[in-house]
Amino acid sequence: MSIRIRERTKGGVGESVRRVDGTPKVKGQFLYGSDLWAEDMLWGYTVRSPHPHARIRAVDVTQALTVSGVHAALLASDVPGSKTYGLEVNDQPVLAWERVRYQGEPVAVVAATDLETARRAAERIKVIYEVLPAVTDMEQALRRGAIRVHDHGNVVKHVHIEHGSPKAKAEVWVEGYYETGMQDQAILGPESGMAVPAEDGGIDLYVATQWLHVDQEQVAPCLGLPKEKVRLHLAGVGGAFGSREDVSMHIHACMLALHTRRPVKMVYSREESFFGHVHRHPARLWMRHGATRDGRLVAVHARLVIDGGAYASSSPAVITNASTFAAGPYEVPNAVIDGTAVYTNNPPCGAMRGFGAVQACFAYEAQMDRLAAKLSLDPVELRLRNALATGSVLPTGQVIRGTAPVREVIRRCAAIPLPPEPVERDPITYPGGAGNVSRGERLRRGVGFAVGYKNIAYSTGFDDSAEARVKLFAGGTGPVAEVHSAAAEVGQGVHTVLVQIAREELGIEQVILHPSDTLVGSAGSSSASRQTMMSGGAVQLACRAVRDQLFERVRRWARTRGLALAPQLAIAGTDVVGDGRTIAPVTDFLDEPIVATRVYHHRKTESLDARGQGDAHVLFAFAAQRAVVEVDEELGLARVVQVACVQDVGRALNPQSVHGQIEGGTAQGLGLAVMEEILIKDGRVLNPSFTDYLIPTILDMPPVVSELVEEPEPGVPFGAKGVGEPSTIVGTAAIAAALRNATGRELNRVPVRPDDLVGLEPPRKSAGPPPPVKGAA
Amino acid sequence: MIVRLKVNGEWREADVWPGASLLYLLREHLGLVGSKNACEQGECGSCSVWLDGTLVCSCLVLAAQAHELEVRTVEALAEGPRLHPVQEAFLEAGAVQCGFCTPGLIVAVADLLEHDPAPGELTVREALAGNLCRCTGYAKILDAVKLAAQKMGGV
Repeated sequence: MSIRIRERTKGGVGESVRRVDGTPKVKGQFLYGSDLWAEDMLWGYTVRSPHPHARIRAVDVTQALTVSGVHAALLASDVPGSKTYGLEVNDQPVLAWERVRYQGEPVAVVAATDLETARRAAERIKVIYEVLPAVTDMEQALRRGAIRVHDHGNVVKHVHIEHGSPKAKAEVWVEGYYETGMQDQAILGPESGMAVPAEDGGIDLYVATQWLHVDQEQVAPCLGLPKEKVRLHLAGVGGAFGSREDVSMHIHACMLALHTRRPVKMVYSREESFFGHVHRHPARLWMRHGATRDGRLVAVHARLVIDGGAYASSSPAVITNASTFAAGPYEVPNAVIDGTAVYTNNPPCGAMRGFGAVQACFAYEAQMDRLAAKLSLDPVELRLRNALATGSVLPTGQVIRGTAPVREVIRRCAAIPLPPEPVERDPITYPGGAGNVSRGERLRRGVGFAVGYKNIAYSTGFDDSAEARVKLFAGGTGPVAEVHSAAAEVGQGVHTVLVQIAREELGIEQVILHPSDTLVGSAGSSSASRQTMMSGGAVQLACRAVRDQLFERVRRWARTRGLALAPQLAIAGTDVVGDGRTIAPVTDFLDEPIVATRVYHHRKTESLDARGQGDAHVLFAFAAQRAVVEVDEELGLARVVQVACVQDVGRALNPQSVHGQIEGGTAQGLGLAVMEEILIKDGRVLNPSFTDYLIPTILDMPPVVSELVEEPEPGVPFGAKGVGEPSTIVGTAAIAAALRNATGRELNRVPVRPDDLVGLEPPRKSAGPPPPVKGAA
Repeated sequence: MIVRLKVNGEWREADVWPGASLLYLLREHLGLVGSKNACEQGECGSCSVWLDGTLVCSCLVLAAQAHELEVRTVEALAEGPRLHPVQEAFLEAGAVQCGFCTPGLIVAVADLLEHDPAPGELTVREALAGNLCRCTGYAKILDAVKLAAQKMGGV
C-alpha cells in the first residue's frame, strides 16, 4: 500500500471544517421533508385512536369520501401486504384493526388536495370503539392477572446478568430506588416525507429518517412490493435523537400514493408528532451497592423495569443496554442485574439519545454519591478508586480491550475551575430568570458529579455494517471525488465528516456528496454514535481502493513509457507525486472514472447467554460531568449555572462539531433533569405541545465548558469514537446530584420539579419489592 | 379570500382559506419554505419573519392580517451568493446542526442586531428566548451572535 508523503489536505480529518450543508441551511434553501413539493401532489392525514385501549367495532369512511377534494380514505384492510411492521419485533399494525393499544395509534389515512381538507375529511371517518380497561403502570403490567396488551403477554424482554457471586458479602451497603420520566426527542422538524408512485409500479419515498434501508425493509413487505421497487431517498432531517428510528408516515404515504397514483406528502403537526414517534422509556430502578470500608465496590444488585408502551419498537435493545450498564463505569466483582421491558397501553417507547444508559446512569450515580456519603469519602475520589480501565472486566464478563480513559475524564473534569459566585448580578440570572420572581434571598448553590459510559455501534452479535461508494473523476478544475453513502445526515454532521475523510484519504480537496438513498448499500442507522466509525470506515476503505486503482493506472502508464516510478505514490492537490516529484496531473488518468464500493464491518460481538455473559459491545465511550446549580429554596426554582464536561472521544475528526455534540447532548440531559416529561394519565398524554412540554431555551442553558480526551481507539478508523451520546447520559445524573447537594433532599426522580425541591412532594417510594418476572432466573 | 402583500420587495397575491396563517401563505402559496413550521403556537420561533419591520411568529399571524403589508423573510437576507453577516457568523461559529431552527434564529438575530449592534450576553439570551433549538445547546449560537456583531461593526 502506498503511504502518502505530503502536506495534509486542506479540509481533511482533524479540522473544524464548515458543514457541507451549512450554506443552504442558513439561507432557508435546505429542503426538509416538510418542504417537499410536487406537481399534483396530495396531502395525507392520519386518523388516530383517542383511546389507550379499545376494540374497534366498526369503521365507516363513506362520509369522508364525499368531501370535495378527498381522493382516498384507507383502512387496515387496504394494506396491500404485511399488516404489521417493527424494528426488532414485527408487532406494530400499519393501521389498527380489531384493537387499538395506545392513544394515538393510527386507524385510517386520508389523502386530499390540501391539508385542511384532509383534516376535515378525517373528522368524518366514523370509528366505533368499545373502550377496554387499560394497563398503564409498568409494575402492574407484570403482576399476575394483569390485562394483556398482546396475546403473548406483557414482557417484551427480560435480561438477567450474573457475575461473580450473588451472595458476596460487603462491609457497607447502600440501597436506593429511582424513577425517570418519559422524555420526548422534541425534534423541531416534524415527521415528514413524500411518496411518489413510479412507472414500474414501485414507489419513491423521500423521507426524513435515520436509516433508509431499515425503513425499506419494513415498508416494502407492507406494500407487497419487492425491496428494489421501494426506493428511499433522504429528505432533509430536522433533528432525530432516536425518534426517527421507527417508521412513522412512511407506509401510510406510500399506500395513499399507490392508491391514488399521485404524489402524497405527509407532515405531522406538533401535537401529532408527540403521538407519531416513540419516546424515552420511563424507568423504575432498584439498586443495592456493597463496598469495603475503604471504598472498593464489592457488589451491585440492580433491578430495572422500563415501560415499553404498546409495541416493542427497540425496547429489547434498550433494556439490554440499560442492564449491561447498570453497574456504571466501575469495576464490580459481583453483580446481579435484572432488567425487564414491559408492554403497557402507554405510548410506545424506543430509541432516544443515550438508549437505556441514561436511566441507568441516573440511578448508579446517585448510588455512588450515597455510598460516598456513607463512607465519608469525596464522591470524586470514590469514583476514581473504582473506575474502569483497559483490561477491566464488566458484569457481562466482557473485557475492555480498547481505550478506557475513565480516570482521565474524571480528573480533568474535577480540575476545571468552578464558576465564581457573582457579587452583583442581573435579576434575570436568578432561578426563575425572566419571570423576575427571585432576588436570591434563599439561594443555595450545589455541585454534582457524574460519570457514565455507553457502547458505540450496535451490539450483541448484530453486524450493522456500512457501505460506501466513491467515484473519482475528472472535473472542470481538476479531480473530483464523489461519495455515495446512505448515512442519514440528521444534523450531527456525518456528511461533513465523510467529506473530510475522503479528502484525507485521497489527498484531493474537491469532494462532493451524492444524495443519500437506497441505490447504494445500507449505511446502518444514524444512531448509537456509530456513523463516524462505520460509514467513515466505509468511505476510508472505498477511497483506498480508488487510490490503489489510480496508482495501478499510473504504473501501467509508466511501464508503457519505460519510466521508473518511486515505490510509493501519492496524490498532492491535483497531481500524482512520487518521491516528492510531480509525475502527472491526476486527471490524466481519469479518462474513465474510477469507482469503488466497500463495506465496513466492526469487530464481531456476541449475544448474552442465559446468565448475561458475552462479549456484547464493540467499544465504549466515557464522559464525566460536573454541574453547578442554584436553587431558590423558597420558590423551588433551579438554575444550572455551569456544566463542565470531559469526554473520551478517541480522536476528534471535527473538533468544533464534537464540542457542538457535547453541548447539545448536555442540553438534552439538562432537559430530563429539570423540565422535560411527557405527562401521562391513564394512558393519555396530557401535554402534547411545546407550550406544555418544555425543552431548554437559551435562558435555561448555562455555559458548557467541554474538554476532549483524545486517546485513539485501536482498530477503528482514525481512532475516532462516536461522540453523540455520552454527554446526554451523564448530564441528567450530574445535575440531579447538584440539586441534591444544594437542597439536601433525596430527589430520586427526574425531572426534578419545584415541589420536589421545596419538599412538598416526598421522594418517590417503590410500590413494593421489585416485581419478579415469571421464568426469569 | 385574496390577500395582497409585499414579500421581500415584491407584491404578491394569494387566494387563501380565511383561517390560514401568514406562515401557511408563505410556505404553501408562495413556496417560501425557509420559514419553518415546528410548533404552530408561537413557542419555537422557527417561523420568524418581519411584518412591516416588526419581528413576528408568522404562525400566529393570520394571512389576512398581512394584507397590504410588507413581509421580509429569511430568503431576503443573502444577496445572491453573498451571505448576510449573521448567516456567515452562524456557519463560522458552528451554530448550525440540523438547521431547522436556523432560519428563524437568523431572522431573530438580524433583528436584534439591527436594534442593538453590540448586545451583552444577557440581552442576547433574553432576545432569543423565543427561539427553540434542540441540537446545539445554544453555546455556538451565542458565539455566532458575538461574531455577527463584530462583522457588522458593533463590538
